Amino acid sequence: MASRPDDSDVAGFQCPIPIAQYPRVLLAHGGGGQLMHQLIEKMFVPAFGNQPPEARHDGAVFEIGPGRLAFTTDSFVVRPLFFPGSDIGALAVNGTVNDLAMCGARARFLSVSFILEEGLPMDTLWRIVQSMQRAAAGAHVELITGDTKVVDRGTGDGIFINTAGMGVVAAPRPISPASIQAGDAVIVSGDLGRHGMAIMAVREGLSFESAIESDCAPLVEAVMALLDGGIEVHCLRDLTRGGLASALVEIAEASRQSIAIDEARVPVREDVRAACEILGFDPLYVANEGRFVAFVAQTDAERALDRMRRDPRCPAACLIGRVRDIPTGLVTLTSRIGATRIVEMMSGEQLPRIC
Amino acid sequence: MKYLDEYRDSEAAAGYARALARITTRPWTLMEVCGGQTHSIVKFGVDELLPEAVTLVHGPGCPVCVTPLELIEKALEIASRPGVIFCSFGDMLRVPGHAKDLLTVKAEGGDVRIVYSPLDAVAIARQHPDRQVVFFAVGFETTAPANAMAVFQADAQGIDNFSLLVSHVLVPPAMEAILSSSLNRVQGFLAAGHVCTVMGYTEYEPIASKYNVPIVVTGFEPLDLLQGVYLCVKQLEEGRAVVENPYARAVRREGNRPAQDLVRQVFRVVPRKWRGVGEIPRSGLGLQERFGRFDAEARFGVAARAVEEPAECISGLVLQGLKKPHECPAFATRCTPERPLGATMVSSEGACAAYYRYRRMKPVELTHGVPA
Amino acid sequence: MCLAVPGRIISIEDGDPLLRSGRVDFGGVVKRVNLAYVPEARIDDYVLVHVGFAISTVDEVEARQVFRYLQQMGELAELEASEGAP
Repeated sequence: MASRPDDSDVAGFQCPIPIAQYPRVLLAHGGGGQLMHQLIEKMFVPAFGNQPPEARHDGAVFEIGPGRLAFTTDSFVVRPLFFPGSDIGALAVNGTVNDLAMCGARARFLSVSFILEEGLPMDTLWRIVQSMQRAAAGAHVELITGDTKVVDRGTGDGIFINTAGMGVVAAPRPISPASIQAGDAVIVSGDLGRHGMAIMAVREGLSFESAIESDCAPLVEAVMALLDGGIEVHCLRDLTRGGLASALVEIAEASRQSIAIDEARVPVREDVRAACEILGFDPLYVANEGRFVAFVAQTDAERALDRMRRDPRCPAACLIGRVRDIPTGLVTLTSRIGATRIVEMMSGEQLPRIC
Repeated sequence: MKYLDEYRDSEAAAGYARALARITTRPWTLMEVCGGQTHSIVKFGVDELLPEAVTLVHGPGCPVCVTPLELIEKALEIASRPGVIFCSFGDMLRVPGHAKDLLTVKAEGGDVRIVYSPLDAVAIARQHPDRQVVFFAVGFETTAPANAMAVFQADAQGIDNFSLLVSHVLVPPAMEAILSSSLNRVQGFLAAGHVCTVMGYTEYEPIASKYNVPIVVTGFEPLDLLQGVYLCVKQLEEGRAVVENPYARAVRREGNRPAQDLVRQVFRVVPRKWRGVGEIPRSGLGLQERFGRFDAEARFGVAARAVEEPAECISGLVLQGLKKPHECPAFATRCTPERPLGATMVSSEGACAAYYRYRRMKPVELTHGVPA
Repeated sequence: MCLAVPGRIISIEDGDPLLRSGRVDFGGVVKRVNLAYVPEARIDDYVLVHVGFAISTVDEVEARQVFRYLQQMGELAELEASEGAP
């Protein structure tokens, strides 16, 4: 397994599974018997919500209220498991919350599925579970059902997490690429590239000292602020793997609209930019975990910016471009020196380069 | 970032563009040698600011692109061996050999690791005395001092489980090969600024006078490139052909002496085969005999295997500046970054990839503004 | 070739000249860099770094050259304009 900080100080709470007895996850912890029962009852249930034993069943039954529902699922395989500013647990919760927010929905209930590798330190699992609990509290969601499997040592990479989420749609009109119109303002919720470069900073062979931390965060409040303010939101997309560029290319292709971006307006913090320069990365393609792009009606642009900037998660929201009149399905970027190029999808991950 | 952002100033760029338009009276063909310069030109759109009459062709300054197929195959073979930790710059990971690349080898279980510096590979060797650590030493003269230091330190510290797979190439012989070809159209050069940081530019003076071509030592930022083009065109318009160095903030005429000294100690000049171009005498670096035991080719005894390039691929012509990427019939159709036919499409600074990534089709309209 | 980024030296570990290394600040990101090839470099100097090696110091005066040249051209153009177009 990849090396990671082995910090046994876990925010004051001791691991509920007796570590002296079970320092590592065993195959039996996924076997459906005593050990698995102990893991669920002593670690997962108290962390994720105390339902009475008689209500814990094969599936969760709940009421969610009237309205259209949004539903999503995502799996999380990030390495290393703990990185500056966040970890796989928080990612797993916020990622799904954000996917729902991008549909204009407030996430209410999540499921979580763990695939654990035999030999995963129990303490690591506990730290991740606690992080998920904190993230769930921060996003006002409940983890109401789940599953645990354990795979043979060497066939997993420590831990894989899948979360699925359900929420009620709060948006009055459909939020999707199809709703985008010519003239729409393209707004990004904050500076880009922190997550991807935070991970790069701790990769073996590429380590550098920096204060760059992952921007992993729930985006639901910022989205709700837009909707509650009556802003005419046409499309939302959270910027994850592939960065802003990939999201825009996908949206342009799906909507067949033309998106024009001004590179000088795209916010990137100086240290993130420096890290990109050193490795030869383009910040437009670097992953984020707490940023989104919004397409809003031209007339609502100012108000949208104002609303977003009032949310503590996106004080630096800014206008970076427009949807043009002639639909081409392409994304164009005006460079700092005023020349134009077409933004393409990247094939594969960006790799550090020397040339 | 200081000494970086200033050279991306749009007003100064427009100033150079206007000045260039003023002095250009005839068509001129210039070559920028370095892949990093190609990348910058296409990324910032520098060529859009040039007058129609000035054509920039992209030269073979992509050590990744010119590494011969046979050597890539050797790299793949060594990387597949159990017990080997194969370290490389990221650039090389997707360069296709006959059937696979280093990423494929990694997926198949090979221990392939990206490093930022050759010293990181030496450190890995130190940490894993039971494994053989091989570093893929690719590059022009800019990277030679770093690779030389890696060997020197490994030698001094007795790190014997370390070796180098060497694919170093030198710029001046490549320029001469291009200039001496009967098909050559290049009339002026933007010399690779960072190569000259190490080597200085005395080697270019005889080339400039022998072939009567201006050679301007050029940096990598948009303003550096624009000024480089301006000075080159100015020389051509005035009928001069000398070496000029506007990149003096990083380049001195004699270059970096301590770096050159160590390179000379560790490496010697050898003939090298350039992918797509063929063998050019005295155009590469190989390890000195004294450091011969660090040569991975010798240590692993990999047999040379004759490999053929896909017939359609014209990367050799692209590298010599005889064709532009979009003039290739396979460009963006049968040859894409996902399914490359040759190294110029795979390498992120290869001319074909740079074109593909940043400009696959002409934009519908060149001007548009973003209202405040 | 090749990617080289300017940064400011913030600390130097002397010793064996070939092992001479330092910490270099690139806009807030700090990396350990080998300084063997810039023996004249001091703390606060800017260096160009390629694959973890400083290959040159950045000359402050020469760094303004590209702007000085542009300025001179601008002045010349104005002069030509005031003397009447040829």
